[in-house]
Amino acid sequence: MSKQINVALIGNPNTGKTSVFNALTGLNQKVGNYPGITVEKKEGICKLPRGVKAHIIDLPGTYSLNASSLDENVVIELLLNKNDKDFPDVAVVVSDVENLKRNLLLFTQIKDLEIPAILVINMADRMRYKGISLDIPHLEEQLNTKIALVSTRKKNGIVELKELISNYKDLSTTPCMNASEIDREYFDNLRKAFPNQLLYKLWLVITQDVNFGKTDRNEIDAVANFKTKTKADLKRLQQKETIKRYQFINNTLKKGQTIDLNTAKDLRIKLDRILTHKVWGYVIFFVILLTIFQAIYDWSSVPMDFIDSSFVSLSEWTKNGLPEGAFTSLLAEGIIPGLGGIVIFIPQIAFLFLFISVLEESGYMSRVVFLMDRGMRRFGLSGKSIVPLISGTACAIPAIMATRNIENWKERLITILVTPFTTCSARLPVYLIIISLVIPEGRFLGLGYQAMTLMLLYLIGFGAALVSAMILNKILKIKSKTFFVVEMPNYKLPLFKNVVLTVIEKTKAFVFGAGKIILAISIILWFLASYGPGDDFNKAEEIISTEYANQNLTEDEVNEHVASYKLEHSFLGITGRAIEPAIRPLGYDWKIGIALVSSFAAREVFVGTLATIYSVGSDDEETIKNRMAGEVNPILGGPLFTFASGISLLLFYAFAMQCMSTLAIVQRETNSWKWPILQLVIMSGFAYLIALIAFQLLK
Amino acid sequence: MQLTVAHLKRGQRGIITDVSSIYIPLKLLEMGCLPGNYVELVQVAHFSDPMYLNINGTHLAIRKETALHIFIEIL
Ligand SMILES: Nc1nc2c(ncn2[C@@H]2O[C@H](COP(=O)(O)OP(=O)(O)OP(=O)(O)O)[C@@H](O)[C@H]2O)c(=O)[nH]1
Ligand SMILES: [Mg+2]
Repeated sequence: MSKQINVALIGNPNTGKTSVFNALTGLNQKVGNYPGITVEKKEGICKLPRGVKAHIIDLPGTYSLNASSLDENVVIELLLNKNDKDFPDVAVVVSDVENLKRNLLLFTQIKDLEIPAILVINMADRMRYKGISLDIPHLEEQLNTKIALVSTRKKNGIVELKELISNYKDLSTTPCMNASEIDREYFDNLRKAFPNQLLYKLWLVITQDVNFGKTDRNEIDAVANFKTKTKADLKRLQQKETIKRYQFINNTLKKGQTIDLNTAKDLRIKLDRILTHKVWGYVIFFVILLTIFQAIYDWSSVPMDFIDSSFVSLSEWTKNGLPEGAFTSLLAEGIIPGLGGIVIFIPQIAFLFLFISVLEESGYMSRVVFLMDRGMRRFGLSGKSIVPLISGTACAIPAIMATRNIENWKERLITILVTPFTTCSARLPVYLIIISLVIPEGRFLGLGYQAMTLMLLYLIGFGAALVSAMILNKILKIKSKTFFVVEMPNYKLPLFKNVVLTVIEKTKAFVFGAGKIILAISIILWFLASYGPGDDFNKAEEIISTEYANQNLTEDEVNEHVASYKLEHSFLGITGRAIEPAIRPLGYDWKIGIALVSSFAAREVFVGTLATIYSVGSDDEETIKNRMAGEVNPILGGPLFTFASGISLLLFYAFAMQCMSTLAIVQRETNSWKWPILQLVIMSGFAYLIALIAFQLLK
Repeated sequence: MQLTVAHLKRGQRGIITDVSSIYIPLKLLEMGCLPGNYVELVQVAHFSDPMYLNINGTHLAIRKETALHIFIEIL
């Protein structure tokens, strides 16, 4: 068996750890120009020279080993627990050449833990641009380490890095400075009390509350004699320690790094003068959002129509080409229309992901955080909540995970609770199809009514998030220290490859994730709709022919009546009509009711469900949209999808909590069932109420 | 009166003289907000809150309530 070593990628946020990880492992983990993209441990395998296999662990960024938010804890817990199966044999500390001084702070701390460490100086392609030159041998000597100068963008230095990792046995584990000088007496006592423990590790355990494995903690707590320091004293010592570390770093860099300010160019200042401006900043942000919605509509209508009609032909072809039977109709009436209901939205979803990814990669996200912080605080949120709220337009699940870098627990909890209100991509299909049915196509000032309605729905989502945040802020009695620091990264031209990969990866995940559910649901629906109990279903032909005996109907008309009579008396129809009284006041019929109920597994199945229901038993092949437009209201007559029932449906989907996966992730992140259950009940109840009011007012 | 970062005008620079460690989170110190380092106000939002700073080469934004506890000498 070839042996495998553990390699942990550690470093400040946004230094390119995940980029290095991807370069080493050939995987495609998400990269982005915003501190806090990675919030979980990610793993991969890398083959090194001489048959060594490395197990690479990508970690969230951390500014130091003193954790102040959840994602940072992951790193410290790993580094302090020797028994962890992922405990690194070698730590690869990734730093950004433009912020070397600050990045080295963490490096000196890791050296103090006496873990073999390699220093990666990443973004080497930026050195010339910024007028930076380095004396690598000098730095290696001062820092007691080996350095790899890397540019993941230009693919430089990766081979050298692999070589260094495979020779990890040669790395020195001697610290590069002596931090205990800040209080000799205290640290001497500590050493005497625990002669077998690493001094710096003790110090970390004493100064913070992270969970380092029970044994360590208890052992230290048992010996009271060093608990001579108050909390304030400890904090002052930490401050002294930090100053000490910076002194060492400054000395090291004095000779190791030269920066020629004359050649340094800075795009940041010029751009930030406008993009973070008190007035223009907001105007630009709004224009960007507007452009996105317009583009989602204008750019995707052609491919959408194409996909829609292709699925119709496919369905038809299946029906005509395969031998008649239950399987063929399951395929043609259940599965194909159901899947079509999701595939049709690929263009729009992909465009949405494209825009989000470009915003993240360019460094603009942090500027939005800066612009929005004050406004968001009024609602009990943090400026950092804007990132989950924006990325929530793709999907609430990663968005809720992205709250992990919010330092304040109350702000974080509120963000988690309100994020599901933002319009996620699963709502998009429902919105698009209903908007196209009930909103006219005209334009006003160059903006389509339909695009504007869509934008309005997104704003309603944000509005609901903000208002409920404000209410939660009033109700929740949680005391936690507020403090807010966000790094403003340099602007970067989005890397084409990163953007494309993100878009493909996410779209794929959306389609396959939804596809699996839809496949299952459309099969179930088809069975329920194609079979029924008793005479009503099984003798439908006779019933209809006697009922309409004296009206001269064509054969087609008879078939149609039979089909709809059958559907109504199938298992599905019976269930649907049982719930109909509850939804009739909202303007829906039982078919929409079924779609609504199946949407509680995942919203995006709405269109697919309707498509399946509508196509069971019907002969003529139509696009989904035409079928919906042709539906007749069973009581009032006239089209089922009117302005009133359409708006009512849109609002229901805007507010209702219809996503099992989100509930599961909220449970995980808050570690309690209370919050997800409250979300489900309150959001859905509110949705029902609003949809009811809307329909009753508009009808 | 003791000047703090909150007193800086846009584009102005100062040298940090002291930080009150009770109010300033360690994380900020570790990002370079330490006595002796320079600080420049790059941009302010409405009511100077939050403040976009360049501290010792690190660009970051903090809220005004935090800025009030970083003492400086204006250059
Ligand atoms: N110019 C340049 N940019 C790079 C290089 N490596 C990474 N980047 C960019 O730096 C940004 C951050 O990269 P990530 O790999 O996400 O950084 P990270 O350290 O994993 O970030 P977090 O997970 O948020 O802590 C992205 O915009 C990358 O495209 C490089 O060698 N040169
Ligand atoms: Mg990362």
